Amino acid sequence: MHAVIPYVTAALLFGLGVYGVLRRRNAILVLMAVELMLNAVNLILVTAGTLSGGVFALFVIVLAAAEVGVGLAIILQYYRMRAAVHVDEVVLHHEPEAG
Amino acid sequence: MTVADALLLALGAIAVGSGALVVTSTHIVRAGLYLVVSLGAMAGLYLVLGAELVAWVQVLVYVGAVVVLLLFAVMLTRAPIGPSADLDRPAWPALVVGGGVGLGLAVLLADAFRWTLVALPETGTTARMGGEIFGTWVLPFEVLSILLLAALVGAIVLSRPDIGAPEKGEA
Repeated sequence: MHAVIPYVTAALLFGLGVYGVLRRRNAILVLMAVELMLNAVNLILVTAGTLSGGVFALFVIVLAAAEVGVGLAIILQYYRMRAAVHVDEVVLHHEPEAG
Repeated sequence: MTVADALLLALGAIAVGSGALVVTSTHIVRAGLYLVVSLGAMAGLYLVLGAELVAWVQVLVYVGAVVVLLLFAVMLTRAPIGPSADLDRPAWPALVVGGGVGLGLAVLLADAFRWTLVALPETGTTARMGGEIFGTWVLPFEVLSILLLAALVGAIVLSRPDIGAPEKGEA
């Protein structure tokens, strides 16, 4: 096997993930792009070593599951408060209560 | 060019192609379904590379659970079924940074490994992976279980309806 094939595949997938995170406005699509990046890293880990790398890939999969759970809870709560899911409209500073 | 190489090339092309569709599609639901194709192709790549357990966990956790969660969120936020025009921000910063990172890493790795032949690694069957996890990596495994519990509690606390914005007239 030529190791360069999975490595270059992973690099391209990571680039696509970065592109998606910066390009997308919808928070759910941003999470999907983050999943692409995590998978690219997993592919590199598995290619580098099936046993130890595989264990780390499993750990990353668990982390991704936890991240998606909490991330979606945040998105749903934000949607409930503001009825929007666009990440570039999120107000970061504290608004004074209008009354 | 062996059978493994051909499989790696084909599955890699599927993964990258559907990954590109995930980040460019104008339908939110279609982006989620292309994500399924991409993750499935990655599971195939893991199988070719000999990581059996990782491949099946990928299918179970990612394709089975994470994508379903994402599609649930798509439904709960009342995303439109048809194409939506307001999904994207201006393209050029994302193109510059994403293309730079992707192509830069690809060139770096291609230059590091050239066209060298590597022996296919020994297969990571469930017994071997279990021995590795519960032998060498027990402590991170336990820490991860605590992290999962924390994430579970955090998600429940975040989803409680009584911590949202105060209603008018209340507070």
